[in-house]
Amino acid sequence: MNCRSEVLEVSVEGRQVDEAMLALLHTILLHRSTGKFHYKKEGTYSIGTVGTQDIDCDFIDFTFVRVSSEELDRVIRKAVGEFKDALSNTGSDGMGQISLEFYQKKKSRWPFSDECIPWEVWSIKVNVVNLANEQERQICREKVGEKLGEKVINIVEVINRHEYLPKMPTQSEVDNVFDTSLKDVQPYLHKITFQITDSLGTSVSTTMRRLIKDTLAL
Amino acid sequence: MDNDLSSQDKKDLDKFIKFFALKTVQVIVQSRLGEKICTRSSSSPTGSDWFNLAIKDIPEVTHEAKKALAGQLPSIGRSMCVEISLKTSEGDSMELETWCLEMNEKCDKDIKVSYTVYNRLSLLLKSLLAITRVTPAYKLSRKQGHDYVILYRIYFGEVQLAGLGEGFQTVRVGVVGTPIGTITLSCAYRTNLAFMSTRCRDSQFERTAPIMGIIIDHFVERPFGNVGHMHPCNYRAPGEEEGGYAGVEDSQEVCTTSFSTSPPSQLYSSRLSYQPPALGAADLCNPATCGGAHPHQMAVPGKEGGVPQVPMQPYHGAQAEHGRMPSCPAHDTAHHIPATPSSSGEDAETCSRSSEQKSAGLADTLETTFTRKVGAFVNKPTTQITTASLDLPFAAFAPRAYDLEENDPMVHPPDSPDTSSPLQGSLHSQGSSETGEQAQEDFVMVDFKPAFSKDDLLPMDLGTFYREFQNPPQLASLSIDVSAQSMAEDLDSLPEKLAIYEKNIDEFDAFVETLQ
Repeated sequence: MNCRSEVLEVSVEGRQVDEAMLALLHTILLHRSTGKFHYKKEGTYSIGTVGTQDIDCDFIDFTFVRVSSEELDRVIRKAVGEFKDALSNTGSDGMGQISLEFYQKKKSRWPFSDECIPWEVWSIKVNVVNLANEQERQICREKVGEKLGEKVINIVEVINRHEYLPKMPTQSEVDNVFDTSLKDVQPYLHKITFQITDSLGTSVSTTMRRLIKDTLAL
Repeated sequence: MDNDLSSQDKKDLDKFIKFFALKTVQVIVQSRLGEKICTRSSSSPTGSDWFNLAIKDIPEVTHEAKKALAGQLPSIGRSMCVEISLKTSEGDSMELETWCLEMNEKCDKDIKVSYTVYNRLSLLLKSLLAITRVTPAYKLSRKQGHDYVILYRIYFGEVQLAGLGEGFQTVRVGVVGTPIGTITLSCAYRTNLAFMSTRCRDSQFERTAPIMGIIIDHFVERPFGNVGHMHPCNYRAPGEEEGGYAGVEDSQEVCTTSFSTSPPSQLYSSRLSYQPPALGAADLCNPATCGGAHPHQMAVPGKEGGVPQVPMQPYHGAQAEHGRMPSCPAHDTAHHIPATPSSSGEDAETCSRSSEQKSAGLADTLETTFTRKVGAFVNKPTTQITTASLDLPFAAFAPRAYDLEENDPMVHPPDSPDTSSPLQGSLHSQGSSETGEQAQEDFVMVDFKPAFSKDDLLPMDLGTFYREFQNPPQLASLSIDVSAQSMAEDLDSLPEKLAIYEKNIDEFDAFVETLQ
């Protein structure tokens, strides 16, 4: 099975990184979360209700919708916070990429661990810009708001193609498809990773590799 | 697998589509209420939440939707549409967007109704939730209150997109294939936010059903008394946060100046449909004094330097929210300014002339007024701008008084041929004051940002000052009506005067002798 990969690119100012990432990640997760499953006898199940919440951004002229789940929000915020710290710490050009990967677990026999097979990956490339004055920041607020709006439309477009989605699992298999750890909603199994590119446009890992190779070559 | 839908499936599908349509309307209308929506997730299924989404049902909205549907379902050629429009406190309205739920013929026979279709409809509703916050009308609806409100209208049948102006954009929210057709949900939204005169569009509005529901924030008092046929949406869920509305009370009523991008020829063509304006700087923004003629909607010809589209987004950093769109712009009376010096000039001239030549002279100046005015905006636009631009920034938008007074033939009238007076008399009364034509053209409303002023901190500053004093009231002694009256009197008294002059003809001859 091929993994579907989508890339979104945004250019934001430093203090907009958090909100921009939250907006896009939450929009994706809104579509990739369902209510909690309650399995009944005879192999049927009922689904809980998902509530939604409007969130206004402080640094961007934008409002996004996310599922009403504090737990999920906390998880996402933590990941975005780490990403932002990494972006500002490395002294890089301010370019980085955060990825939201939806995967399925496939149980393997011992001694092999479970396989994680991704079926959809969303990559958000971020370019942090520095602005000189308040006037530019004001324009940036509006422009980034519009850009995020376009990205939301892109996300919705992709999702509405109704391409591959994992089959609805039986009770025993549900943990291979969904994240059942949250109390109020049930998103598909997902993980968030990020990568920071340094000013040379290469990722930190490749630079390290090159350094080591060069050292060994000497 | 059966090709025909089983009756149970058919019933289920119809039910799904019906409730999907109702929920769609709820989502759209709730997103335009101007508040942030917040609903709770519930892990235990209640069985009453359609599509596993917590979407509240506002009773009036459901009622309107059911009324529009009248027991039918969206089908091929019959779509369910929700039209969102904006209505200002002065009574102007403008369609902002139309959401369409359509069905087409493409069937997906193999799809499982109770499962796949249901889940896909749920996904489509989530997409709708996301997209309703993205279109331009969302930001407008969050700022509704004193200056304007957002209204909705539900209709069933053919989609009408004519009211959205030119260049409207369409965004597709999504599609869901079913065994009886493919459901499509899309939104067409206006991009050209220029105001159109309701006079021109009255006929368009009347042919459709009157706007039914008013979405008005229940924290704000009803700002308009004349909305008799509308009902407020007094829905209030317990525990819902009200934070989103704090800003409205503080929103400034910055009077936006309008600059038209319509071509100068507009002036000439709309010359004859003139209406006397009520001048007065302080009253500019008050529609009542404008005689209800909505002059702020009319095009301002000859204003070159086309200022770009109004930014509908707010300045978040500042309190000055430019939410007020339809206010009487200063440019309109800037237009009146050229009239006053010229008409005053012409009056002065008339008074100073001898009575025999009075009517003729008046006529001449009128004629020259006409041609001169057209010439001003059509023939020599560039010179006006260049001379003006030397003096002030934004001088292109400054009143034309400066230029006209120098070159105005009214002040220095040339020789002119004889003309019959009654015709000129009527022209005088009609054409002397400046025009407030009913142009068919849209005009663009733009925020006025004077140079070197900080617009955030003190909105009541340079910009407001400039606007207020741009258009001083007309001098009473130079008002047109007075001169019109005096002309009529003059005409009546003409025979007597002629008789007197004939009697004193010797005196006049002696006078002439002394001059030679």
